[in-house]
Amino acid sequence: MNATGFARMMHLPRQPLVRHVLCALVAAAVLYVVVARLSSYNEYQVGEIAAYVVALVGLSLLTGANGQISLGHGAFMAVGAYTMALLMNHTQTNFILELAAAAGVAAAAGLVLGLPATRLKGPYLAGMTLLFALAVPSIADKWPATFGGDQGLTTTVPTAPGSLSAEEWLAQIQIIGALVVMVLVANLLWSRYGRAFRAVRDDEIAASLAGIHVARTKVTAFAISAGCAGLGGALLALSTGVVNTGEFPLTLSIQLLAAMVLGGTGTLIGMVWGGILLVYLPQWSTSVSSDFNLGSGASAYLATIIFGVVLIVAMIAAPNGIQGGLRWLWGHKPHPGTGGRSAPAPVPVSTGD
Amino acid sequence: MSLFFDYSLDGIANGMVYATLALALVLIYRATKIINFAQGAAGMLTTFIAFSLLSRGMGYWWAFLLVLIIGFAIGAACERILIRPLHGRSELNPVIVTIGLLVVFEGLAGAIYGNASRGFPAAFSQSGLRVGGTTIAFSHFDVFILIAVLALMAGTLVLFRYTALGLRMRATAFSREIARLLGVRVGLLLTLGWGLAGIAGSLAGLLAAPTSSFGPYYMDLVLVYGFTAAVIGGLESPVGALVGGLITGLCISYVGGYLGSGLEPLGALALLMVALMARPEGIFARPPARRV
Repeated sequence: MNATGFARMMHLPRQPLVRHVLCALVAAAVLYVVVARLSSYNEYQVGEIAAYVVALVGLSLLTGANGQISLGHGAFMAVGAYTMALLMNHTQTNFILELAAAAGVAAAAGLVLGLPATRLKGPYLAGMTLLFALAVPSIADKWPATFGGDQGLTTTVPTAPGSLSAEEWLAQIQIIGALVVMVLVANLLWSRYGRAFRAVRDDEIAASLAGIHVARTKVTAFAISAGCAGLGGALLALSTGVVNTGEFPLTLSIQLLAAMVLGGTGTLIGMVWGGILLVYLPQWSTSVSSDFNLGSGASAYLATIIFGVVLIVAMIAAPNGIQGGLRWLWGHKPHPGTGGRSAPAPVPVSTGD
Repeated sequence: MSLFFDYSLDGIANGMVYATLALALVLIYRATKIINFAQGAAGMLTTFIAFSLLSRGMGYWWAFLLVLIIGFAIGAACERILIRPLHGRSELNPVIVTIGLLVVFEGLAGAIYGNASRGFPAAFSQSGLRVGGTTIAFSHFDVFILIAVLALMAGTLVLFRYTALGLRMRATAFSREIARLLGVRVGLLLTLGWGLAGIAGSLAGLLAAPTSSFGPYYMDLVLVYGFTAAVIGGLESPVGALVGGLITGLCISYVGGYLGSGLEPLGALALLMVALMARPEGIFARPPARRV
C-alpha cells in the first residue's frame, strides 16, 4: 500500500491519506462496475472474499507490523458475528452501528485477552489464542438459549436500494467495508502508531528506550486486529445468513493464518489473494476429490490438508507470500511491514536472548 | 466433601496426562525454543495407528511399545526435515510450521478414519477402585496413568541429571555454540530431543484416548491444557511440567464439576492468563537476564 517509489512513478499524491483514499475510490469504482456484471453466485463469492479480507487485514497488521501471532482470529470473527446477530434479533439498531458494535465487542475481547501484555509474544500468545479459539465455541454451546445452540442465530441483509439485487447489494456492502478497513489500516501503519508497532516488533528494548510503551503498543495492535476480525466475522455472517459454532472451528483460525502467510504477511493488498484462497480453495479441493473419487469423508479433509501443506511449504520456501513474490518481480524493496530490507522472513531474527 | 474428593482424584488423573504433554512441549522448548503445536496431533495420529494395530489383533502392549517408537520417529523426522531448515529465521516461522503440521495430521486422520468418535480400549479396568467399602473415582487405569507418567518423568530426570547424554543435551540447551565448540554433536541431540518429545506425546495420546471421545480432534484440548501446564511450570523444567499438569488438571476438574461441564476451556484460559500475569516466568524457571 505504501510503496513510495510506486507512488512517485505513477504521479500519485505524496500525502498518504489522500493517496490511500484515491486508490480505494478507484478500486471501489472498478469493483462496482465489475460486480454489476457478475452472476449472483459470483457476486456472493466476491462479497465473501471481501469479508475474509477484512479479517485478514487485521491479522496481517498484527503479525506483519507487530510480530505477534494469533491462532484465535476465527474466534474473534465468531465474537463479531454473534454480536451482529444478537443485535439484529433483539434490537432495531442502525445497520452501520451494528457493524461497529461487532468490531467494538471483538476489540474489547482482544483487550481482555491482551491483559498479560508483557507476555504477548511468540509462543505464549499463540498458545493463549489457541485456547481462546477452543473456548469461544464452548461458551456458545453452554448457553443455547442466548446463542441459539446448534442451529445458531439468523442474520438479515438490509433491503437493497433501487434496482440492485440482494446479492449485489450485499457484495457492495462487504466490498466497501473491506476498502474502508484497508484505508484505515494503511493510514494507521503509516502513522506514528504504525512506526511504534514496527519498533516494538524489531526490538522491544530499543523501542522502550525510544520512549514507546511496549506493553500498551502490543495490546493496542492486538485489540485493533481483533476488531478487524470481528468486523470481518459480522460481514461474513451476512453472507451465510446464520451464525453457529460450526462456522467458526479452530480450523478457520488456522486457515486464516495460512491465507495471510500465503498472501504475504504484513501486506494489505496481499490479503486479497488470501481471501480468494479462503473462498476458492475448499471449492477446488471438493471438485478435485470428486474427480478422483476420494469419497465424501476424505474430500471434507482435503482442503484442510492442502492448507496445512501450503502453510508449511510457504513458510520454508516462500515466507514473503504471493504479494512478496509480485513485489520482487516488480523490483520493489520489501514492504516495511514485512520487516527489514532483505530479511527473508516476515519478522527479522530477534536479537538478545 | 466426597464430591470434592472425587473431583480432586479425577483432576489428578487428567493432570498426569496434561503433564505428559507438557513434558513433551518442555523437551522441545528447552532444546529449540519452539512450542510444538503439532505435539497433540502427532500423539493423536500415533494413537490412531495403535487403534489400527489393535483392530488387526496385535497385543495391547506390543502396539503400545511400537507406537511409542513411531512417535519417536515422527518427532525426529519433523525436526530434521521441517524445523532444521528454518534455523536462524524469525522465531515465528517454526511456530507457524508446527501449526501447519497440526492441521495436516488432523486432516490425515480425518480423511483416513473419519470424523466419528470411537472407543479406544484401556489397558486396565476403568471402573473405580474400592477403598474401605466405597468406590472412589480412581480406576485401575488411572493408577496405570499415574505409574506410567511418573516413570516417564523419573526417566527424563535421570537422563538429564546423571548421564553423559543428558549433560550434552543440557549443554546444547544452554548454548548451541559453546556445546558445539566442546565437541557435542548439536544437530543429533536436537533431533533426539524432538524424538523424546514424540515418545511423551504418543504416551499422552494413548493415555487420553480411553477417557475422551477418540476422534481426529480429541487431542486439541489436551494440547492446550498441556500448554497451560507447561507455561505454569516455566516451559523449561520437567518438574515444572508435572506440577503445572497437576495444577491444571485440578483447576479444570473443579471448574467442570462446580461451574458446569463445557466451561473447562474457559477455565483453562483464565488460569493461563492469571499464570502469565502473576508469574510470567513460571514457577520453576528463573527470570532470564535481558540483554540488548
